[in-house]
Amino acid sequence: MAKIKIDGIELDVAPESTLLQACEMAGAEVPRFCFHERLSIAGNCRMCLVEVKGGPPKPQASCAMAVRDLRPGPNGEAPEVFTKTPMVKKAREGVMEFLLINHPLDCPICDQGGECDLQDQAMAYGVDTSRYAENKRAVEDKYIGPLVKTSMNRCIQCTRCVRFTNEVAGVGDLGLISRGEDVEITTYLETAMRSELQGNVVDLCPVGALTSRPYEFTARPWELTKTESVDVMDALGSNIRVDSRGREVLRILPRLNEAVNEEWISDKTRHVVDGLRTQRLDRPYLRGADGRLKPVSWAEAFGAIAAKVKATAPNRMAAIAGDLASVEELYALKTLATALGIASIDGRPALSGLDPKFGRGSYLFNATIEGVEAADAVLIVGADLRKDAPILNARIRKRWRQGGFKAAVIGTPVDLTYDHVHLGVGPDTLEALARGELAFAEVLKAAKRPLILVGQGAVARADGLAVLSAAARLARDVGAVSDEWNGFSVLHNGASAVGALDIGFVPGEGGLGTAGIVAAAGRGDLDVVVLLGADEIDTAALGSAFVVYLGTHGDAGAHRADVILPGAAYTEKSGTFVNTEGRVQLANRAAFPPGEAREDWAILRALSAVLGKTLPFDSLAGLRAKLYAAYPHLARIDTIAPTSAGDVIALADVGGAMDRAGFVGPIQDFYLTNPIARASAVMAECSALARARTTAAAAAE
Amino acid sequence: MAVRRLAPAEVQPASFAFSAENLAWAQATIAKYPAGKQASAVIPLLWRAQEQHDGWVSEAAIRYLADMLGMQYIRVLEVATFYTMFQLAPVGKKAHVQVCGTTPCMLRGSDDLIKVCKSRIAPHAHELSADGNFSWEEVECLGACVNAPMVQIWSDCYEDLTPDTLNGVLDIFERGDKPSPGPQNGRHLSVPEGGAVTLTDPGLYDGSYRVNIVTDGSVTPKPAGE
Repeated sequence: MAKIKIDGIELDVAPESTLLQACEMAGAEVPRFCFHERLSIAGNCRMCLVEVKGGPPKPQASCAMAVRDLRPGPNGEAPEVFTKTPMVKKAREGVMEFLLINHPLDCPICDQGGECDLQDQAMAYGVDTSRYAENKRAVEDKYIGPLVKTSMNRCIQCTRCVRFTNEVAGVGDLGLISRGEDVEITTYLETAMRSELQGNVVDLCPVGALTSRPYEFTARPWELTKTESVDVMDALGSNIRVDSRGREVLRILPRLNEAVNEEWISDKTRHVVDGLRTQRLDRPYLRGADGRLKPVSWAEAFGAIAAKVKATAPNRMAAIAGDLASVEELYALKTLATALGIASIDGRPALSGLDPKFGRGSYLFNATIEGVEAADAVLIVGADLRKDAPILNARIRKRWRQGGFKAAVIGTPVDLTYDHVHLGVGPDTLEALARGELAFAEVLKAAKRPLILVGQGAVARADGLAVLSAAARLARDVGAVSDEWNGFSVLHNGASAVGALDIGFVPGEGGLGTAGIVAAAGRGDLDVVVLLGADEIDTAALGSAFVVYLGTHGDAGAHRADVILPGAAYTEKSGTFVNTEGRVQLANRAAFPPGEAREDWAILRALSAVLGKTLPFDSLAGLRAKLYAAYPHLARIDTIAPTSAGDVIALADVGGAMDRAGFVGPIQDFYLTNPIARASAVMAECSALARARTTAAAAAE
Repeated sequence: MAVRRLAPAEVQPASFAFSAENLAWAQATIAKYPAGKQASAVIPLLWRAQEQHDGWVSEAAIRYLADMLGMQYIRVLEVATFYTMFQLAPVGKKAHVQVCGTTPCMLRGSDDLIKVCKSRIAPHAHELSADGNFSWEEVECLGACVNAPMVQIWSDCYEDLTPDTLNGVLDIFERGDKPSPGPQNGRHLSVPEGGAVTLTDPGLYDGSYRVNIVTDGSVTPKPAGE
């Protein structure tokens, strides 16, 4: 530790920390544009100038100078930094004046207005009038994709966006071309950016040069109600802030959570917003005798369901839950199903090999998302991380950039943005690896903290359990599972997946799983199928069963449904979601469901009364009290209940025969994975662009 | 300096590839750098690509080099647009005249040279002449101030120019020949124009003087017989 004195306050800091970090520790505020904690240091905006004693006698860029670069005084006094002296103020005012020379005065029509770093800092360091009489620089606006709108006159060349795409996203899309006052931020030949994290450059841009195109000219930040919530587009549970005005959700921004998403979110998380407004189910529907859906009242819809359910034996009824269901409604549906004696319930993807009976450690991302940074080797089995969990992929890339890290993939070959070995496509390779026939086996054995990442492409198939067990066996044999480090990690794709497994929303005694239910319904062995937002199943194969769809969007499930019960989307209800690492998080209501739509648990409660099996709660608090009593770990919000390494060891012994087929990830199109995303025009545009890129790449080869 | 952009698509060739000789040279150049640092070779390779392709860097060449060096296309574009010695648009087939316009040359008459370029080649810098054989631009100091004013054409400098001698140099290029580089006024390299005016005493060079190093450094004729 090195001693340093900041504005008269002496403190001990790590010698490699920068002056800017030391100043922050001392509570001194240092303005900055180009510096960002998660990006490399550029030192090109010069806004963070400070005065130092023990270094060069001129203003120093505090972001680019380390504490150890300063010399102690003649008698060994700690070097001193001043952040409030007249010299510092004058220097920063000078920098601000230079920045403003070419910055347009268009704040009134700029989308960044009200949340602009330059605007804020000009209040502190700006001068009242310009001494600059020449023409301002004019830069042509660039096309860099459907999500990011550019207004390049406003750019102050901080290069945060360039460093982000290069370092975090790993695609190297953006660059700074030309030189001097002519420099311009652009993509190569103005093609669209390729990253699924590109929306983050809008947050990073300290001025209004890069703004959100779907959100352009929509609202001012001070008009918005900000609600802290959790994302459901993937199973990571990225922390988000939902900005709404009145009934409408206008935008979604990331919220800092070091343990989950740091401060990034994927484009799907951010830009799915318009999907919350379109294709919504806003009132109950009932399919009439003519085969057409007719709007009906809640009572009529419930009446139709009750008539059907009461006439049907429990073993001819089933329920499937989709990817976006919160734990509360899963619990309500499970309780209702149990009361009715229905055993065929499932909240897992079709054919999933995961089962809560093997213990919580058998289906969680045991290493934790933050724990990825401690790993020194990763084997990715059956996951396309850029589609399944782009934020997790960025985290692995972050680890890879630190060096001393090896990655390998078994499954479809993909571009992960970091170096990796493609070992093979299927279980054969996994077996060969377990037998030590591949060089990567040695890497895993030598690694102190190997990470075995098992994706849904490996477990959501007929031999899923055998593959899961083989992966667990490998994890055990390479020393990935111990009390100190559990590297056996299952990556889920649905936000509801872990919650469903936690509360045992799986087939009971003699019950059928998701694939079994669909097949049985197709054969005519089931008469009533309840879909709780389940659109990813083959709804056309449900045969002549009476389908009750409880969900938010007019998607596959609603098209097949005989009764539609309009529910609330994730921004319209308070709900618990458990992410892939087992972290319990709460999503909060930012807006109200449209029309007659209600929160899903309340619908199920009302339906239960009509069915004569009234659920034992009347409020969300009552539901949660029951839920927490039955599953205490769900009450500990924002924490991960510890799992036992023994679960993985036990899983390893399950065994089973594996198929020869290669692992194929369930997500073919990253932008269209759920009903909300499929209703979004922005996501459709992104998807079309990505498809065109893939086609062009295939044509070139 | 103006905004530097790639040439319009209609003049861009569809593809670019090094000749066999240049490819061997490029591989040798890349091999000079440690593994993982191949990108360091981007500037010499861009230069060689420019020399091979009529004196300018095409968009296809940028992609070709990026693929060769394992870089993103935008990274090579950044380098190519940063350095003004990389020409991004076609230049004259017979000569691209780089007129130095920095202070010493300007004081010695580079404005007159630019006038010649404007009237003889094209009214604006970076424009091709009507026949496509010539183009010109004004550049910053090329380091030949003792022979100001000067121009650089391809890799040679033509110095001590007047509008007439510049026209003469361009005439020779027009014929398809190569004028002899260096001063165009008969001067040898940068020796004093019109002969030396100091240190002219031949005695300085024939050993007939003695330098009094011990006392004051004065020079006196050697006494006879020494």
